[in-house]
Amino acid sequence: MIRVDIRAKSFGDTPVLGPVAFEVAKGETVAILGPSGIGKTTLLRIVAGLDDRFEGTVERPGRIAMVFQEPTLLPWRSVLQNLTLVHPGLTRRAARDMLARVGIGDKAHAFPGQLSLGQQRRLALARAFAGHPELLIMDEPFVSLDPATAETMLALTERLIAEERPATLFVTHSRAEAERLGTRILDLAGRPAILSPAQGQDI
Amino acid sequence: MLGRLAVPAISLSGLLLLWIIAAALTADPQILPQPFALVGPWLAEIRSGALPHHLGQTLVRVIWAFCLAMSLGLILGLLMGRFERLNRWLDPWLVVFLNLPALVLIVLCYLWIGLNETAAIVAVTLNKVPNVTVTIREGARALSADLDAMARVYRMSGWARLRHVLLPQLAPFVAAAARGGVAVIWKIVLVVEFLGRSNGIGFKIHLYFQLFDVGMVLIYALSFIVVMLAVEWLILQPWERRARRWRTA
Ligand SMILES: Nc1ncnc2c1ncn2[C@@H]1O[C@H](COP(=O)(O)OP(=O)(O)OP(=O)(O)O)[C@@H](O)[C@H]1O
Ligand SMILES: [Mg+2]
Repeated sequence: MIRVDIRAKSFGDTPVLGPVAFEVAKGETVAILGPSGIGKTTLLRIVAGLDDRFEGTVERPGRIAMVFQEPTLLPWRSVLQNLTLVHPGLTRRAARDMLARVGIGDKAHAFPGQLSLGQQRRLALARAFAGHPELLIMDEPFVSLDPATAETMLALTERLIAEERPATLFVTHSRAEAERLGTRILDLAGRPAILSPAQGQDI
Repeated sequence: MLGRLAVPAISLSGLLLLWIIAAALTADPQILPQPFALVGPWLAEIRSGALPHHLGQTLVRVIWAFCLAMSLGLILGLLMGRFERLNRWLDPWLVVFLNLPALVLIVLCYLWIGLNETAAIVAVTLNKVPNVTVTIREGARALSADLDAMARVYRMSGWARLRHVLLPQLAPFVAAAARGGVAVIWKIVLVVEFLGRSNGIGFKIHLYFQLFDVGMVLIYALSFIVVMLAVEWLILQPWERRARRWRTA
């Protein structure tokens, strides 16, 4: 169970987030929608524990995985090592299986720089799921991909979430994406941003 | 492969040719002997064990000073690059030490610590630490905040973060500091030996300088240069190529 209760967050004198409170249960997927610059990444960083300069409280589990807006890989380590070094408990065999599950099983010994952007995002996804997270956080994981690749990634993510059943919190620009993956949609709007009245609606 | 070896070889032969011509024009072995005239005395020095002994002494000092200067510079540079407040306090010191002439530091170390091995190595180390610090500080400032966030979310251990996240980002800066480090350190080590040690290449050069024996000065100097070139080509450059492999793959 993830319990988020943010009262306020500002950068310097600029308030970015107002009161934002919600919960995500295990196996539930919550999508956060909102225009660019509203504070979605800021919210995710607070939930992930990367930013603790805010007023309020966040209850989060121990095993967290995050898929960032950029793939954020270790460019100087092989594709396989990008899994095994981040998850020391992962055997090479399990890491290879994970690569195969996201469809880049043949790239184990390449460097991330030798992958296409779509393949790098698959690796970032593999890295997230390889740790069997209790909480999965994704920040626009499908942006700047062509529609076909984005669709494959979306289907892949759907399948992985169904198999691993983490509590998932993900950010997107696209309502279609949000409706497809999310069991619930939260709209961020305003300045400072709060959850708009539609919050908590079930689809 | 051939190009990598052939070009330096041809270029160095050119230097040798220049020496031969200069020696022929000088026509005075007291001032500039022919290179081949040095081969005999050189072999004799090796056979007597004197050259290897003094070369070894100098190398030990180079290695000590290099390791100390790199470790201290790495720590200081990382701290100063990461913590702006600390940087503001330490930066003036850095500027002072950067601009202190090597000779002043060496003389002061000998005066304060004594004419011993510790003073020699401290003097060389202090001369090099500021340069290493400045280079590493640049690297620490350029560290990726995104990768840092990734390492924190996935709770990578401190050791894994250092080895797989931090050091690879710093590698080009460490390599630059190491290259510059070796080049400066071995020059300063000779001065330190020249001024206050009773062994090492610098000491021998001092000795033969007083005897006005150009040939022996050249023999000791060149032997050391050869060793340092070997370090550069056999250790530093291959290591750098290996560390850069992911960029060119
Ligand atoms: N480190 C920071 N310092 C100051 N202001 C910041 C900082 N990070 C973000 N901001 C500001 O906070 C606001 C929210 O930024 P955030 O990155 O959360 O937006 P976002 O909703 O993720 O946008 P996008 O969809 O474009 O990624 C923006 O106005 C941004 O300028
Ligand atoms: Mg964002």
